[in-house]
Amino acid sequence: MDMQVAKKKLGLKEKYQVMTRGLDWEPSYQKKEDIYPYASYEGIKIHDWDKWEDPFRLTMDAYWKYQAEKERKLYAIIDAYAQNNGHLNVTDARYINTVKLFLTGVSPLEYMAHRGFAHAGRAFPGAGPRVACLMQSLDEIRHAQTQIHALSNFNKHYNGLHDFRHMHDRVWYLSVPKSFFDDAVTAGPFEFMVAIGFSFEYVLTNLLFVPFVSGAAYNGDMGTMTFGFSAQSDEARHMTLGLEVIKFILEQDPDNLPIVQRWIDKWTWRGYRVLTLVAMMMDYMLPKRTMSWKEAWEVYFEENGGALFKDLARYGITMPRCAETIALEKDHLSHQAWGTFYNYGAAAAFHTWVPEKEEMDWLAAKYPQSFDKYYRPRLEFWREQAAKGNRFYNKTLPMLCQTCQIPMLFTEPGDPTKICYREVDYQGSKYHFCSDHCKEIFEHEPEKYVQSWLPVHQIYQGSCFPEGTDPSAEGFDPLAAVLQYYHLEFGRDNLDFEGSEDQKNFDLWRGQATKNG
Amino acid sequence: MHIDLRTVSIKPLRQTFDHVARRIGGDKPASRYQEGTFDLQATANFHYRPTWDPQHEIFDPSRSAIRMADWYAFKDPRQFYYGAYALARAKQQDTAEGNFDFVEGRGLADELPAALRDTVLKLLVPLRHVAWGSNMNNAAICAYGYGTAFTQPCVYQAMDQLGIAQYLTRIGLLLGDVDVLDEAKAAWMDDGAWQGLRRYVEDSFVLKDPFELYVAQNVVLDGLLYPLVYETVIDGVLSARGGTAVAMLTRFMTDWFGETRKWVDATVKTAAAESADNKALLEKWIARWRDRAAGALLPVARIALQEGADAVLAEVVQQFNARLAKAGVAL
Ligand SMILES: [Fe+2]
Ligand SMILES: [Fe+2]
Repeated sequence: MDMQVAKKKLGLKEKYQVMTRGLDWEPSYQKKEDIYPYASYEGIKIHDWDKWEDPFRLTMDAYWKYQAEKERKLYAIIDAYAQNNGHLNVTDARYINTVKLFLTGVSPLEYMAHRGFAHAGRAFPGAGPRVACLMQSLDEIRHAQTQIHALSNFNKHYNGLHDFRHMHDRVWYLSVPKSFFDDAVTAGPFEFMVAIGFSFEYVLTNLLFVPFVSGAAYNGDMGTMTFGFSAQSDEARHMTLGLEVIKFILEQDPDNLPIVQRWIDKWTWRGYRVLTLVAMMMDYMLPKRTMSWKEAWEVYFEENGGALFKDLARYGITMPRCAETIALEKDHLSHQAWGTFYNYGAAAAFHTWVPEKEEMDWLAAKYPQSFDKYYRPRLEFWREQAAKGNRFYNKTLPMLCQTCQIPMLFTEPGDPTKICYREVDYQGSKYHFCSDHCKEIFEHEPEKYVQSWLPVHQIYQGSCFPEGTDPSAEGFDPLAAVLQYYHLEFGRDNLDFEGSEDQKNFDLWRGQATKNG
Repeated sequence: MHIDLRTVSIKPLRQTFDHVARRIGGDKPASRYQEGTFDLQATANFHYRPTWDPQHEIFDPSRSAIRMADWYAFKDPRQFYYGAYALARAKQQDTAEGNFDFVEGRGLADELPAALRDTVLKLLVPLRHVAWGSNMNNAAICAYGYGTAFTQPCVYQAMDQLGIAQYLTRIGLLLGDVDVLDEAKAAWMDDGAWQGLRRYVEDSFVLKDPFELYVAQNVVLDGLLYPLVYETVIDGVLSARGGTAVAMLTRFMTDWFGETRKWVDATVKTAAAESADNKALLEKWIARWRDRAAGALLPVARIALQEGADAVLAEVVQQFNARLAKAGVAL
């Protein structure tokens, strides 16, 4: 019988399902536990992976088509920006230091996200989340590379970017973002998803990328602005994935709630501590400011995040407790961080400076509770000293927090005149912390955090000198040796912006342009 | 004030990043592949051991028995960084889309001889599970392998294979309907013809050495499957029986294999040339997995070739051996 039977029509959702999870099967030649060995040790209980709701439905053909279109446009702009000396369009050369911070501190994390999502995209026994994670893994290598390609032209003309990968694994303040991501990747796949997929991509991403991208736009950096905008539609997918992960885990078993809550608490704090670098970038490093760190925190975390946590209340999730501490720190964070970098400006791969008078007025207006009282006098003193030829560089090494690895620069919640110290005795050693939250994170997993590669400890142990260095030699200069180990060029990458090669070149090149134009 | 910045001629301070310059023999202009690949992966000062694999660092060359003095000796001859990759695949998907439209628009699927359509469905649709297995395996190599030069192409390969699984699904839906997918899955799970291959794929899922996994999946299984199924059966035998429309629908796979095998060859060649130990190990792995794969593919080949399957497969294996000999691995 040759009768044409009408084909069954598949809805969009079903169609996507046959294109993804329909490809999977129940193995019988190997045990599931052996194929997915990392799926259960964190204690998360999943009963039915089929309950996973695909956060977006993008088959590979559509993905390729769409992404190639974006790449075509992005690289056309990057090329034009480089050919036209677009870097001379930025507000002033101080701006370029935010780019340095981004390439050395953030772009390597994009790469780590790529590898981390490949791991998660292999580890989950559910096919739906695996596909979504792998697509993010692919996006993340895009982000790492488009950033490197876009910023490559800055490297050709300015200092501090020339060995960003080498620096990321070594330089003291870069261990803050590095250890953050190492922490996430070395956690189990579920915690990784809560750490990066949810806490970072969903809750905190607006506090990282929006400041950099809008800062770039405000300061005439078209290249950075363009890769930022080009990543936006990827980010939208990543955010829906982060949210779906949380909901899925929580809906699967009530026992998952306390585990997930602890992870959210931990990763909100870990992420926030990394954002210290963003806070000082926003308030001090952008010549033309967009909004203050405090305003950004209020809009993106307190308002938007508040609404999110209200929404998650039906699962029993509550606002992370650290939000109270963060609220107490928001008048101080950026000022304390910039003060520290100003101090250690000889050991940083970007330039530091004292803000101009109008910039201080802006800070005073944005921080009426704190700036004039605590921070302006100090900055003015430093400026006076610098004018007299006493630009101050601190050559001692600070104590670092065992968890977040930031120098102990933060003050007691509610008392900006007293440094906050916490400590724990563990197996005969004393460990130091910047806050109750970092201390609690350590106490929950001491066996993990005792492993921290703390840059200052490592310097004292002699691990941060170039090979063949003899620290007992006559006239040994430890700072010089450490900078060599960092591949940080003294006098070019570091020290004050005033008098720097960047400053001179930018003025020279811009001057030529103005005269010719 | 408008400033014409193009008129300024500036002598740059440097041409590329130092870590790139160290690898290309000095400070000179570098390609996007080079800047987007070299040393991207961390190699030093990891903070914590993975809780899921405390025996190793996050990235750790000792996950593999293959030893390289420098894992950036591997080069992708396609020079794929994300942008170049996405553009290449977008072009191929455009062709594929055109071919699907052509076959669908002219009703060519309905004109296929019934026996031939039946053979195609029986042969091709279960292969979507094989492609899915490759997606998982290449995700694993990307995650646990060492060095961006080696791992980067694997995420592209993983997603390509997902794409191939999706094209195969579309072929199933075009020549049949949803039931065809269920039937193919049932065959994959229980039909004797597919069990050797399914066992092969499931056994590959538990391999811990990312380079051995690379061998089992990208070198051996794909190295036999694609020449057998797409180049020989579809483009040759079935096209001659009136199945050119099918060859149009699998054009993506044929082109894809032609392209990716160059990268696979380059990878094997580099690893084998590194040391006698590597070479011996590769010979052992490739021979062992090749024999298993050939055995598993024979009943699959019979679906389309019946008694001719043995001879065709023997020919495919011979060509495979010759190909690997060129890459420096004598089998
Ligand atoms: Fe990203
Ligand atoms: Fe801390």
